[in-house]
Amino acid sequence: MKKYVLNMKVTENLRLHTNYCLLKLTTDEVLPEMLPGQFVNILVEGSSRTFLRRPISINYVDRKKNELWLLIQLIGDGTRQMAKSQVGDHLNMMLPLGNGFGIPENGLQDQKLLLIGGGVGTAPMLYLGATLKEMGFESKFLLGARSKEDLMQLDEFEKYGNVYITTEDGTLGEQGYVTDHSVLKETQFDKIFTCGPKPMMVAVARYANSQAINCEVSLENTMACGIGACLCCVEKTHKGNVCVCTEGPVFNIEKLTWLN
Amino acid sequence: MAELKVNIGNLELKNPVMTASGTFGYGIEYSDFINIERLGGIFVKGTTAEHREGNNYPRLAETPSGMLNAVGLQNKGADYFVEKIYPEIRDYDTHMIVNVSGSSIESYVECAEKIVQLDKIPAIELNISCPNVKEGGMAFGVTCQGAAEVVKAVRKVYPKVLIVKLSPNVTDIAEIAKAVEAEGADSVSLINTLLGMAINPETRKPVLSTITGGLSGPAVKPVALRMVWQTYKAVKIPIIGLGGISDWRDAVEFMLAGATAIQVGTYNFIDPTASIRIIDGLNDYCDRHGFNSVSELTGALL
Repeated sequence: MKKYVLNMKVTENLRLHTNYCLLKLTTDEVLPEMLPGQFVNILVEGSSRTFLRRPISINYVDRKKNELWLLIQLIGDGTRQMAKSQVGDHLNMMLPLGNGFGIPENGLQDQKLLLIGGGVGTAPMLYLGATLKEMGFESKFLLGARSKEDLMQLDEFEKYGNVYITTEDGTLGEQGYVTDHSVLKETQFDKIFTCGPKPMMVAVARYANSQAINCEVSLENTMACGIGACLCCVEKTHKGNVCVCTEGPVFNIEKLTWLN
Repeated sequence: MAELKVNIGNLELKNPVMTASGTFGYGIEYSDFINIERLGGIFVKGTTAEHREGNNYPRLAETPSGMLNAVGLQNKGADYFVEKIYPEIRDYDTHMIVNVSGSSIESYVECAEKIVQLDKIPAIELNISCPNVKEGGMAFGVTCQGAAEVVKAVRKVYPKVLIVKLSPNVTDIAEIAKAVEAEGADSVSLINTLLGMAINPETRKPVLSTITGGLSGPAVKPVALRMVWQTYKAVKIPIIGLGGISDWRDAVEFMLAGATAIQVGTYNFIDPTASIRIIDGLNDYCDRHGFNSVSELTGALL
């Protein structure tokens, strides 16, 4: 897929929570094709301690409004600076980068799909769920967070499938981790897609492996270029070190060495 | 429109702007963003005789105006380059220059012998300055004797343009440059990364898996510029300047300090179009200041 450097104009900046904002951006031209699981690499201006671009996963693409959505967790100086963007500001970004999730082939619409997101890792699950629904797949969302207020965009997720929730403090949904949720016992899933903190993804990968469920994880290793040039974001696989930005960020767990 | 051609030994470049090894892949990675054939040359990823897995993750630490890396020369080896990568890049209308590294004099020679057979590779850049490998690498580049020995050995098997990439992690870089010039190097490129370190105060652990790594980016530019100036006064062979170049002003400064050509490195990660903007900016600068040829800038510091 052809990659672009675009100056995208901010159309909305919604502070969903103290530590999360949802940026909606557009351009004059029609947005290029983007797949669920791909990411953008954003130039951060005005932060003296920020040098590198910030890779952010694609949260949703609104084709009707020609809008790209990015869910940003305010972690450091770079993301805090991005969160200060005002409507009308421009953000320079390289997109679309990396590979998307492995959507089952047409004709396999009876497959039972589970999309598990944790924290800001819920972001790519929205676009994945929306795309799956458009293609006639029925998917379920299992979203986990520390507490109720760490769960974003629940009304959006509900448009595309049933939503199941765990919180560590029990303030919403079932108390515990995503891998404890009862939906895993009620349904025999054919495929799991997950994105979130690494310990969560490792736990999901172990669960999927124990149940012989096909499982894809989306990684967020620290990177500079986002296009396979700097070789910094490597993950160990059975074929050696590979760049998360070009070979991932989505990997089938069979390729990784996590389960060994 | 100024004349932008410059020469490195008997290698003619269409302009003095090239991209640094390890920051530009094999060029193809950037071809969606720019016309890579506009570049004076592309220094492709460091290549060694044998396949190398590189260092463990994490390999990257961001710094104000720069970054530390600890990649450790990950590459699939010279044979893979010859068989798989060379056919993909050989027909681009720009000079593809291979950065050659090794862990012993024999392994440098072995790699150079494989690359010399490739018609469309007109030059190599001998990397005696990588700070991220346990053996070889920078070890050769920090003493005059070590640098001279490896250049002497490679010179015997490599008749095309031989560029030697120097380490800034030395007391006097000009002395190293003189030592490699004496052994027949056609050019020196400087600087490679400066040895640095980052610590995560929350975990009290080093950020990089290797504890130390190489600092690059605009943060190192004044150091690199000073070293180019010192080296220019010490050697007659052409200098390729690099270290933190992010726009045409930086490129002009390096040339005024004595560089014949320059490489854009880390800034490719920030702006994938930076190298092309620099070519255009150099041309505008020459026009504004009445230079007929960009080569007149070399050493033109007043």
